[in-house]
This record gives sequence, C-alpha cells and structure tokens, in this order.
Amino acid sequence: MENERKLTIARAMAEAMAQEMRIDPSVFVMGEDIAELGGVFGNTRGLLEEFGKERVRDTPISETGFIGAAVGAAQDGMKPVVELMFVDFFGVCFDAIYNLMAKNTYFSGGNFNVPMVLMTSTGGGYSDAGQHSQCLYGSFAHLPGMKVVSPSNAYDAKGLMTAALRDPNPVIYMFHKGLQGMGWLGTEAGAITHVPDESYEVEIGKAAIAREGRDVTIVSIAQGVHHGLKAADALAQQGISAEVVDLRSLVPLDRETVRASVAKTGRLIVVDEDYHSYGVSGEIIATVTESNMADLKAPPRRIAYPDVPIPFARVMEQHCLPNADKIAAAARELCGAPVPA
Amino acid sequence: MQPAKDTLAWMYEKMVTSRRFENAIEKIYMEGKSPVFNMADGPIPGEMHLSDGQEPVAVGVCAHLEAGDVVTATHRPHHQAIAKGVDLKKMAAEIFGKATGLSGGRGGHMHIFDAEVNFACSGIIAQGMGPAAGAALSRQIQGKPGVAVSFIGEGAANQGAFHEALNLAAVWKLPMVVVVEDNAWGISVSKEASTAIKRNSDRAAAYGIPGHYIPGNDPLKIYEVAGEAIARARRGEGPTLIEVETYRLAGHFMGDAEGYRPDGEKDGLFAKDPIPVMRTSLLADGSFTDAELDGLETSAQAAVDEAIRFARDSADPKPEDALTAVFA
Repeated sequence: MENERKLTIARAMAEAMAQEMRIDPSVFVMGEDIAELGGVFGNTRGLLEEFGKERVRDTPISETGFIGAAVGAAQDGMKPVVELMFVDFFGVCFDAIYNLMAKNTYFSGGNFNVPMVLMTSTGGGYSDAGQHSQCLYGSFAHLPGMKVVSPSNAYDAKGLMTAALRDPNPVIYMFHKGLQGMGWLGTEAGAITHVPDESYEVEIGKAAIAREGRDVTIVSIAQGVHHGLKAADALAQQGISAEVVDLRSLVPLDRETVRASVAKTGRLIVVDEDYHSYGVSGEIIATVTESNMADLKAPPRRIAYPDVPIPFARVMEQHCLPNADKIAAAARELCGAPVPA
Repeated sequence: MQPAKDTLAWMYEKMVTSRRFENAIEKIYMEGKSPVFNMADGPIPGEMHLSDGQEPVAVGVCAHLEAGDVVTATHRPHHQAIAKGVDLKKMAAEIFGKATGLSGGRGGHMHIFDAEVNFACSGIIAQGMGPAAGAALSRQIQGKPGVAVSFIGEGAANQGAFHEALNLAAVWKLPMVVVVEDNAWGISVSKEASTAIKRNSDRAAAYGIPGHYIPGNDPLKIYEVAGEAIARARRGEGPTLIEVETYRLAGHFMGDAEGYRPDGEKDGLFAKDPIPVMRTSLLADGSFTDAELDGLETSAQAAVDEAIRFARDSADPKPEDALTAVFA
C-alpha cells in the first residue's frame, strides 16, 4: 500500500476528464479560469496543454451565457463540462440550470437529452463569508431533472466524474473546497487517497459505508464524512461503535443503504454542512422515519449549518460549522453514554 | 436577393398555414371558457400566445434553414415552429396536451421541442440565446455544418442572457443569428417605455458584429437580410443581430383585453396585415395568379385541418406518465 499512487480530489477530477476526452471527442470543458489557470481549484490542470483551446476554453464572466450554451451544445450531441466557480454564484445563472438544463429532457418527452456536467465548488471553513462558502447542494437536489454528486475522497472523485461524463443526463458535480487538495486552502488529509491509473466509474446513486459500526449511524456527504470518521474514532475509545455512511450522491439518493444501516444500529445522526431547514438532513431523516420508524431506538439528530448566512469572523463561522465534537456529543446522548472526562 | 418562385410559394403557404393554425387554436381555446373565462378550462388549457401578424419573420428567416440547422424559439413559438418544419400534427397534439404530442403532453404550447428539425423552446424571456450559442459552438468545435438562429422578442434585449450570449457568440465568432421580433409590446409595456434605444439592432455595435433593422414587417426584405446573415454565419464569419419590425395582431395572451393599446392602433395594424399585403403584392407583380395562391391557401388549410383533427382524436396521456421521462 505504501507504493500506491495517491492523488488529491483536484488531480483525480482532472485525470478523469483527460481520460474521457481521449476516448470521447464530444467532451469539452469550459468555464472561468479553467484553461490557462487550470481552474481556481486545480481541477482542470493540464487539460489545456493536452487538448488545446478548442476543447478547453476560458469563458467570459457570463454564467447565464455559457451554462445556457452548454445546454445547447449538449442537445446538439456534445458532452460539455462547465464550471460554476463557486456554487454561491448560482444566483446569476439558475434559470439556465433549472429551467433549461434540468427540464428540457422532460419537456421534450425525451426528444432531446442534455448530457452535461456542471462542476462547482462548495463549502467554507476558511473565512470566505457567505457569498463564497455555501454548500447549497440541497437546493439543487430539491429540483427534479438533474443528478447531484459530491465526493469525499479522490477515489470517488475520479469514478464519479467518469460516471458523470458517461451519463446521458445533466449531473451537478459538487466538490468541497476543504477536500480539494489545494495547498493554499488547507486540506483534509483523508480526502487524498489511492486512485487507480485506469479509468473506472463509481456508480451515481450508490452510497458507501465509509466505516462499519453497530451502535449509531452517521450519514453525511463530502466534508461531513470526514467529520463523521473523526467522531467515530473518538467514540470508539469510549466503546461506541459508529457506522459512517458516505452518500456520494444526493440524486439519485441511496435510501436503501441508509435504511439498512439504521436498521442495524437503531440510531441516526445526519451531518449536513448545508442549511439546517428544508434540506438534506430532513430528507435523510424522513427516509428512515417514513418506513423504518420501529428501527429507531432514539429520535434522529442532525448536525447541520444553522439557518443564518455564513459569517466572516473565524470564531463565528467555526461555531456554526459541523465538526467531530458536535457529532460525538450527539452520539453519546443517543447512546446514553457519559461525556468523557 | 429575391427568392425564387418556389421559395415565395413556400413562404406564402407557411404564413397562411401559421395564421390558419392560430385561427383554429384561437377558436378551440375558447371552447369551455365561456361565459366565464377560466384559463384552466376547455380542450386547450393554460396560457396561449398567438403569433398572428408575426409570420413574415419566421418564413423570411427559415426559408434559408435546413433541418440540420438549429432554432431556439420563445413562449410565442407556433409561427417559428411551422416555418422550421416542426411536425404540425404532433405540435397540435402537444398544444392539446395529448399523448401523441411532441413531448407526450409534458411541454404544451410554450415548450415545443422537435429534435427531427433541431427546434427547441424556452418560455423564459431570452433563454433561448445561450442554447443557440451552444449549438453554434457545438458545430464550430465539431467542424460540422449548420447555424443556430435564436428568435426572441424585443423585450428580451433587456435581459442579461441576451447580452451574455451575444458577447459569447461574438468573441468566439459563432455561426449564430439572433432575430428580434419587435412587436412593440412586452405584454403591456411599450418598447418606448422599456428600452433606452430605439433600435435593438444598434446594440450589435457593443459586440462588434453587424446589426440590421428591417422596418415594415416585409417578408422579402427579411428574406434578403436574413439570407446574408445566415450565409455569413455559414462562412464562419460570426454572428449577426437583426431586429424586425413586426405586428402583434393578437393580445399578449388570449384573454388579454389590450387596454394599454392606444386607440386605433389595432385597426392600423390590421390594415397592414402581412398576409393580404403579400397576396396583393404577389398578384400585382404578376408572379402568381389568383388560382395559384388559392391553391396554396387550400393546401395550408388542409394541413391545419388534418393536424387539428389528429390532436382532437388523440388520447390523453396516462396520468401516471407524468412521472416518466425526467431522466434519459
């Protein structure tokens, strides 16, 4: 294992795109600063050099224009990958996303397909404040017609990107900035994992058990998975065995894996860096309570971002974000375990 | 560039087809909606935006297009769809919300999609612009022939998507033509009250591309200018912006009382109705006989009758089919 090649999520994403571009001439990439710069978050690095300006193009700062253009190109037989630099910028282009990209397959009765990937960065924790730090994946997942994925590690990042590029549907590919492996941003070490050289897919809509356990199920996605794993380590020292479910996809949602895990543990904590209300945490809890109420030994809990805009000041933002301590405390309460000295 | 006789015949027949189609839709739309008008009632529920008077734009432009060329249309798409060659029977059935419709009833009149002739719509103002630029980009990257035409209304020129897509098309020199149908009204707000400049075609200067204004709702002039723009796009010389003065002979949508129109405006517009104007002109210059034009009108009416009959006779979709086709 020592000699296994490890990659960051940024590198894994770029590798998946490059490998697919080599075999599929319809794939092209466009967005702000994705060509010369290789992406603000590094995920298109090396593509311009290999594939040239025709297939790897910097766009004007015109998200409505170029995301709308991706829809038109996809309907015309191409497979565009477009980058919305920060998901927070969806406010200037959501019509192209949810009224065109997500609806044209349905409105056309399958007459047209819209095979495209919209990749976008999510997440905070580095004092970028509330227009550059949100997750917002629940907002995308709420609206029908687009698949939504978000990897927690480089292995999944590559496989999900390859799967997204081969999917005949629009896929929102959300990468968390705290996992991206950019030196200047700080990185979760657990996101840097072994990535096979060859091309492979990770099935969209299939969750993973990131850690097996017996006593409590921690369900999350992206950065939250790492918080969950750290909480599980701490809980293990107290004899509490936590299972961590990495959703990987929100649309489609692997409800069966969640239900099966809770059926085993009887306790559920959802860790959600998106806003608390009307979002993913509520959906996961409903998934269990609608059909598996009897499995629950305690009311489900959620560790989510409170319903406030994301503040700048470090202490304020960190107060609001989910973390391993909050998860472990909730798990102890659910399991009736004492707070360790 | 004068159209050949067969092209002229095609233009006249498609204009008449479009008008007769709208006449039929207008009549059927009102079934079940009187004495109380409720948009949800009758064989054709929902909003209905008729294109009466705007036919010259559609035929003048689409006369230059092949099935492989791309058109994006608006919430008022019937004339554009007919001129582009969208299947009239399936389109009628879609407008009725029938299972045999283009989209099995999922889209309705504002969402006409026909992949056979590369025709797509958006009911959101100016949101056909980005997709048209993208289709043009697709052809450019692939080195495949074809142009993309985005039809919009004059109100759309005040939308961000208009400017973003025009800039994109210009900076990448895409094979795209933007055709603004200036019917002078954005629902109830006049162009004068909403738009800082008189002619949107002047906005082409902001993107360093040609801009043309065509007054008079004249199909031959539209044919000429659009022909040059489309040929230019096909040669790889980039996009063109065209604004056409046209007339909205109907309300914004059916049920619109049109109280915002100045007194006498509608009468003046009907006096300039482009279909009788074209008929008179084709007869006056001797290029067509009465019998020839009557024949084209008969053929147009037959196509409309067949389409309406098909739509009426078709079955409703299965309700539960609403849950299908979200994903490919």
